[in-house]
Formats: sequence, structure tokens, C-alpha cells
Amino acid sequence: MENAFGLIYTGDASMQLRELTFSRSVAAVPFGGRYRTIDFMLSDLVNTGIYNVGIIAQKNYHSLMDHLESGKEWDLHRKRDGLFVLPPFVTHDNTGVYRGTVDAIRSCMGYVRRSVQKYVILMGSHTIYNTTFNAMLRSHIESGADITIMYNRTPIGDRRDLFDDLRIKFDENGRVCDLALNPAQTDTEFTSCDAFIMEKTTLEYLVEDAYAHAKNDFTNDVLVTNVRNLNIRGWEYSGYVARLNSTDDYYRHNMALLDKTVSKDLFSHEHPIYTKIKDEFPASYVGGGTAVDSFVADGCVIEGRVEHSVLFRGVHIAPGAVVRNSIIMQAADVGEGSSLDCVILDKGVTVGPRRVLSGHETYPVILRKGTHV
Amino acid sequence: MPKKKIIAMLLAGGQGSRLGVLTKSMAKPAVPFGGKYRIIDFPLSNCVNSDIDTVGVLTQYEPLALNAYLGSGQPWDLDRMNGGVFVLPPYVSGSEGQWYSGTANAVCQNIPFIDQYDPEYVLILSGDHIYKMDYAAMLAFHERKRAEATIAVLEVPIEEASRFGIMNTDEDGRITEFEEKPKKPRSNKASMGIYIFNWKTLRPYLVNDNDDPQSSHDFGKNIIPNLLRAGADLYAYGFKGYWKDVGTIGSLWEANMDLIGKDPVFKLADKQWRIYSKSPSMPPHYIGSEAKLLDCLISEGCVVYGHAERSVLFTGVHIGKGAVITDSIIMPNAMIGEGAVISKAIIGEGAVIGEGAHIGAGRLPEDGDYDTALTGDITLVANSVTVPAGRRVPVGMIVK
Repeated sequence: MENAFGLIYTGDASMQLRELTFSRSVAAVPFGGRYRTIDFMLSDLVNTGIYNVGIIAQKNYHSLMDHLESGKEWDLHRKRDGLFVLPPFVTHDNTGVYRGTVDAIRSCMGYVRRSVQKYVILMGSHTIYNTTFNAMLRSHIESGADITIMYNRTPIGDRRDLFDDLRIKFDENGRVCDLALNPAQTDTEFTSCDAFIMEKTTLEYLVEDAYAHAKNDFTNDVLVTNVRNLNIRGWEYSGYVARLNSTDDYYRHNMALLDKTVSKDLFSHEHPIYTKIKDEFPASYVGGGTAVDSFVADGCVIEGRVEHSVLFRGVHIAPGAVVRNSIIMQAADVGEGSSLDCVILDKGVTVGPRRVLSGHETYPVILRKGTHV
Repeated sequence: MPKKKIIAMLLAGGQGSRLGVLTKSMAKPAVPFGGKYRIIDFPLSNCVNSDIDTVGVLTQYEPLALNAYLGSGQPWDLDRMNGGVFVLPPYVSGSEGQWYSGTANAVCQNIPFIDQYDPEYVLILSGDHIYKMDYAAMLAFHERKRAEATIAVLEVPIEEASRFGIMNTDEDGRITEFEEKPKKPRSNKASMGIYIFNWKTLRPYLVNDNDDPQSSHDFGKNIIPNLLRAGADLYAYGFKGYWKDVGTIGSLWEANMDLIGKDPVFKLADKQWRIYSKSPSMPPHYIGSEAKLLDCLISEGCVVYGHAERSVLFTGVHIGKGAVITDSIIMPNAMIGEGAVISKAIIGEGAVIGEGAHIGAGRLPEDGDYDTALTGDITLVANSVTVPAGRRVPVGMIVK
């Protein structure tokens, strides 16, 4: 058990994830054949030995609540601590809609104050990786930093992760000397992984102080502004990091799972990623049904051909259908003789017989939840 | 403790010696089945789907795997405030204590457990059958007939009837006679080993039977005949559907094969009657670029680079490049090396098959004499065994 609790912010709805976030928060976006993004944050925390987790919900949190239930799938169904979903509520000094991360954290200060652990791990919900925070926490304590940011290296020229791209520069002592959010140009490859460790009292102070000065955004108004006043340090993560900031990223990172090194990194045996169990039957390949270079979850019935694709639980591919370079979410159905290329089918989409849908890897066609073609 | 209308007692004590090395370190109900299940998932899921929320699991042989698997009962929704799943091993009380010496004795030793719930009915189940059954419908039948005991029966081909306990009934379904493995069967209604008893009827019979030194303390051999002799109201409840005793290597293999294909003999993909199991939390399975699949069941966590036909791959199985698997069952976390050939075989949990090995190869004179009484033409590799690269294992051999 670590002397820390987790606080996950699920509020912001990235417009760049388009149809994928019309009816759900980013935290509830399905990923990797049987998961939702929040599964990675929760599993990272639980695998660290952290059993007190608050989830700040803002908009569209129905599907998130539905997924989390009591938290038992992550072993967070506890008498002491456990999982706390913190939706907005209206009081005389709380309007129910957060003006930003500062406001959101402030509105759940009651939970923060009640948490008995000394340290807090503050996380966003766009960034997926599989790690434990034990070493980062040790490093935070030993360095005497006010805040430790988890970061990884992304190429300087790689401007694909533009949304919420927090670039970091260190001085010769390893202290953060510059932070820039979505800079037009950058000369540093160190990029925040959207996970911050600090003492609980530091968080309380920073949030109250920012609020008192009518500042709303934690990254901009607390971190970037205070880079010279606070001792901010970094902890480098070298594993695979998937930032889901746009549909382009979403597509690219799901497809990356077909690369053995990536899937091994994200789904290690040592640190399993837990998710809601659906009790589906194993995937069944029947008749001429087959798959190559694909990731396929339980409950799929494959009668057609699947190539270079990710299939979530309970997908049906009818005879003669060909699915290429696509992401097919839970319980979607592809009709007889249809052909799909670079397509993202959201949950429960049905494609009738002999339909042809085709996008491009730079702009995959997305069909909204429940669409019928 | 609040009274329960019905509770289930699941007999999971069988050693399963006919499954050979597969049950060397686990009780038969813990044997993997159908890609992601264990045999005991079937009766447990049937209970939950039939609204029975209290299940005693009677176990005494190699209970570790089973106990660890059942845990709190959460995967079956059997972690309940009042009720749930209970593992009931034999225990010592005062200076007395003994192993379970028969099915009836096992339940008799647990009378205090049953009495806690003061149930009207007790459902007796066994832990070695694969089937989907609505026990609630059987209970409704039992109540409608005002029976003292109801026995689920399956109509079997008359030529096979002499292998089973056969019920002879009148037109109303009332049992007039019970014959254990009759030479000349007069009916084809075979007992499935599933009983509903009125607890107040059964209780004294268990106690009396336990005091009888001549008795073998068995439901089929002793309790049912004693009830019949006393003129009790026993009814046969006809079950229609798939039911298979997976007590032998051959039947275990067949039952797995029954799940494969477009219209499988036994359809498990049924949203109305899900079979629950403990999740190993593995990612979706990955099929490589050179893999070929034909009529397979593949579970999460598998990585397949080779070919697989008419086979069941359990969770976490790895099939190397160029390996060819046909008509086989590969149990959880087994590793099949590159270029290995596996034909009509059962590969145990965590077994490692070396590169280019051939499991189920044709029998040659130099293979000598080995016993295939348990296996027939199915080749069996035990749990956690390593088969060296290039090794030939002939048809029907057991590798321990």
C-alpha cells in the first residue's frame, strides 16, 4: 500500500475526438478491444497499491458510471477507501458546471480533505500507459520537489499530439525551468504524460490560491504560471504512451496494438489492465471466417475476413464481409458481403449487406454509436 | 439467519480418475472447459440464472485449485450478504471426523450447514456435467406435483440405457421403479444426478442411511431406493437439451468439440443464459499475419502465429509460427513451439511443446506398448509438462 490517493479528471470533452465523445467522456471511450481509457488509469493506480481513487466527472458521465459500477472489477469496492465518483452538484457557491480543472478539483475538496493519504496522484484521462507509480513516488519524496510530472520523450517535430501538449524543459539540476502548453514551436522532446504527484496540502493550497485569483485551468494557471516559484521535477517514463487527443490519434494508437512490442508494453502479465467483465463466450471462427494481423476480443463471431483490425467484444462479421484496417466496437455487426476499410464503427453500429465504406488512415470514417447503414 | 426457499448442494468431491493426469492436481470440477470456463462454472451459473443464491460446494479431493477458483464467489454473483457460495470440506467435530464416504454421506455431514437456512427444498447437483438447465422450472414442476423428491431425467437411446440409472414412471411422471444400470432397461429415462428434495423428507433419510453400516451412502444406490420402498412421492422431471458427463478423456474432448462451428451441437453463445467464469484479465487475442484459422474457438490472451483447425484455444495460449493444430484442445497458458504438429490431442495447462514436436503422431513399432485404455485415440499431455523439441508422441499416449 502506498501513502497516496488518486484523483482522475475526466471532465474535458475534446472536440477533436468528434463522434467518439458525443455521448461519453474521454474516460469512457472504448480502447484496445475490451477496455475503456479509464481502465488504464485505474489499473495503474491499483497495481501501484493505491486503493483510494476519486474520479471527477463533468459531462456525459452516464456511460462512465455504468462502466465503473461499484469499482469491484478494479478491486476498488472497499470498506476503507475505494472508488469515489465525484459528479458536479449545485450549491450556493457551486454552479454545477466547472469553469476548468481548478474549479473542478475545488468542488471536490471535501473528498480531498477526507483522504488520509499524504500524497495525491493527479491524472487526466486522455493519456494511456501501463505503469506503476511506486518509483515515481519514491523519486518525488527523495528529490524534495513540490510537484513531480511524469513525462516521456516525443519527437520535437511530432506535432500530432497538439491538444494539451505540455512541453517541459529542465535546468542542469533536473528542475523544471520552463513549461509550455501547446507551443507553436518547441525545442524539447520532453512531454507531460498528464500525471502529477504532490502532497495533498500542496494541491489544496495551489487550488485555493488559483481560485482566489480567478484562475481556472490547472495546467496553465497553476503549473505554467508558477514554474519559477515551485520546485517542479520530472520522472521519465520510457514505455508506450498513447495520447488520445484526436480521432487520428485514436486510430493510430489502436492500430499500434497490432505491433507486438506495443501490445506487450500496454498489457504486461505483471500489471494486468482490469475492466468490466462481460462474460462473453470465446471468439468463434466459423465457416470460412478468418483473421490475420488482428486483435479480437471474446464474444466475436467471425464468418468473414478480418485483416489488420481491432475487434471489440461481441462483434459479428457475416460471411463474405471483408474488414480491413478498421476498429469495430462492441456488438457491432457487419453484414454479408460488405467491405470496410479504415472505418471506426462505434458500439452497436450495424452495417447492412453489401455496403462499402472506406476512409483513409489520416481520416478514418467514424460511424456514431447505434448507427444503421 | 433468514429462511431460504431452496439451497443447492454441489457434489464436487469426485477424484475424476478417468481423466488421468488432468486431475492429478485438481478436482474434476476445476478442469478447464470450453476455452475460458471450468466445469463447475456450469452448475454454478445454472444456479444463479435460476435465482438460487446459496450453494454449498462439497469438496475433499485436491481442493486447492477449486477453492482458489471459487474465492468469494464474485464472478458468479455469489458474494451475497445472506447466502452465497460456501466451500464445505469434511471436518472433525469433537473427536469424530471422517472423509466423505459417498454422496449421501457428504450431504449428511453438512446437515448443520443446511439447517442454518431452514430451507423448504434442497437441490443436489454434481460438478462434472456440462449443460444449461433452469432449476427454477424443475422446482415449479416439483411444487406442482406436490412431490417429495424430483429427479431430473434425460431420454437416452434405449441401447445406451443400461449404462445409466433408469427411472420407470407412470403416465403422470411418478416414479414407480428405479433400476441402477439395468441389463434389460424398460425405459430410457436416465437419471442426470440432479435431485430436488423436500428438506424435511430428506433429512431423516440421510441420518438413517448414515447409521446403516451396509449402505454405500449414495443417493442413487441407497437414498432413492429407500424413499421408493417407503412409498414416497417421487417424480421424474424430463429435461430436453444438451447434457454431457465429461468424466472421461473422450467425453471431455467431444464436449469441447461440440462448441465449435456455425451451428454447434451445444450453443454456449446465449445472452439469456450466460455461463459466468473468473476472468484472467487478459487482452484480446492476437492473430498473426501468417496464421490460418478454420472453425476454432479462441479466448482472450491467446497469440496465434500458426494454423489451427477445429480446435479450442483456452486463455493465454501461444501458438508459434508454422505450428499446425487440428482437432485439439489447448488448455490455458500452454505454449506451442514453432513448427509443432498437434493432432487430436489435449494439451494440459501451462504445458510447453517444443519446436517441431509432433503430438498425436502415427504409431510405429518402436513406440512399444503403452496403455491407451483411458485415452483411446486422443493424445494427452499433462499440465505443466515440457515436451522437448522434435519429440514424436504417438497417438493415445499420455505424457506425464
